Amino acid sequence: MSRDERALSVVPGWLWLALGAGLALQIGWQATGKPASSMEATDLPPAPRSAALRLASFGEPQAAARLAMLYLQAFDLRGGRGVPYRRLDYARLTAWLGAILETDPRSQYPLFSAARVYAEVPDPARARIALEFVYHEFLKDPDRRWPWLAHAALLAKHRLRDLPLARRYAAAVDHLTTSNDVPLWAKQMEIFVLEDMNELEAARIMLGGLLERGRITDPAEARFLRERLDQLEARIRGSGSPAR
Amino acid sequence: MCPAATLSRLALIEARRSGLPWLLIAGAAAALGLAGFLSQVALTESLQLQTAIAAALLRACAVFIVAIHVATSTVREFDDKGLELVLSLPLSRTAYYLGRLAGFVLVAIAVATALALPLFVWSAPGAVALWWLSLAAEAALIAAAALFFSMALAQLVPAIASVAGFYLLARAIGSIQAMASAPLAEPTLAQDLARRGLEGIALVLPRLDAVTRTEWLLYGTPPAGEFGAALLGLALYALLLVAAGLFDFHRRNL
Repeated sequence: MSRDERALSVVPGWLWLALGAGLALQIGWQATGKPASSMEATDLPPAPRSAALRLASFGEPQAAARLAMLYLQAFDLRGGRGVPYRRLDYARLTAWLGAILETDPRSQYPLFSAARVYAEVPDPARARIALEFVYHEFLKDPDRRWPWLAHAALLAKHRLRDLPLARRYAAAVDHLTTSNDVPLWAKQMEIFVLEDMNELEAARIMLGGLLERGRITDPAEARFLRERLDQLEARIRGSGSPAR
Repeated sequence: MCPAATLSRLALIEARRSGLPWLLIAGAAAALGLAGFLSQVALTESLQLQTAIAAALLRACAVFIVAIHVATSTVREFDDKGLELVLSLPLSRTAYYLGRLAGFVLVAIAVATALALPLFVWSAPGAVALWWLSLAAEAALIAAAALFFSMALAQLVPAIASVAGFYLLARAIGSIQAMASAPLAEPTLAQDLARRGLEGIALVLPRLDAVTRTEWLLYGTPPAGEFGAALLGLALYALLLVAAGLFDFHRRNL
């Protein structure tokens, strides 16, 4: 007890009671309420302009861009994992991703999500929107964004079974990248696409190459990609025949 | 010891005894905890996300703590009649003001140092050192602004509200100008006037969006010229605030 406080015994009994009742009411009210995670899924609101995001960031565009990505990511999960991404309006989604990417153009998060999450949905129309987003954003900075278009080429071939689209993406990686950091296998993506190679083999080569060259350093990303590879392996093993 | 140095020392002692170190520890722990939690739900760039969120929160925390500390200390000096007592001694108003300011600037540097330390865990030492230097300069500027507003307004709530408004506007003015210069609709006379008005406001504000940038921690240090120019801008604005504060203080009939 400090010199500024009196003994607890001097507090009137009714105040003890009031404090206890107040605390019990608060906990009871919160415990019976609907938890935030079970709220109804709501539509994704229209994307803000990147200028508005920058304004709201008060000079912290990098932090704001990443927080906006977490917000967007949480939208998919609100409806429950049973129907992920199915309720999302992809036009709005890509507008959000574009605004976030414009807020911090050096962040890889929006393109990672577009290529690795939103383009891998079972709905081909939605997947195409996500892939085209990746392609258009790749054109703005090919030397930094090529890994996402390389993945898009594989998705176009194996998931959409759209060889011309896959070749267009592969050719873009080949023709538009100029940096020495771009590995040979990426420059030769078109061979990947044309070769009679199943999706798992291609994904292994690509991820192996990325990991080997130290392009994937983030532990969360490495974990996510390993899980995806395992899922792919299980899916192909389950279907009994390799996806060509 | 000269009177100004004594006043500076008193400001430091006051900061230490008013629980500021505990507040710093709590602020740093909250920022790191929130950043750590958010990085757990990230699919990629988890380390960058952690750094960016922690840096943004630590920066806001440093500025908030310095502004509140300076404003409460200054207003208390008014309310306790400590100012009248000090001015009855053979001490010039300039020495009093500069002595108090020097103490608050030292507090600001200490706060910035304490809150920059956690970033060494995730970022390159060189980048953190520049970020820290910039944060110390920014916090010192806010100390000068808080002293100016507190002395001028002599009341706590208006002083804190003024510092907060000044700080947020100084950080957002670049974005506001960018929005005003690229309107979606056809430009009109009203838009042109608004744009010119914003340009006028920007002239009397420091560019706080150009300092203590998170991108230095994520993507590498800025060119020396750019960094030096940003800090020089802060130093010039601090001079303006000190001159304005002294001008107001000398005019005041106490």
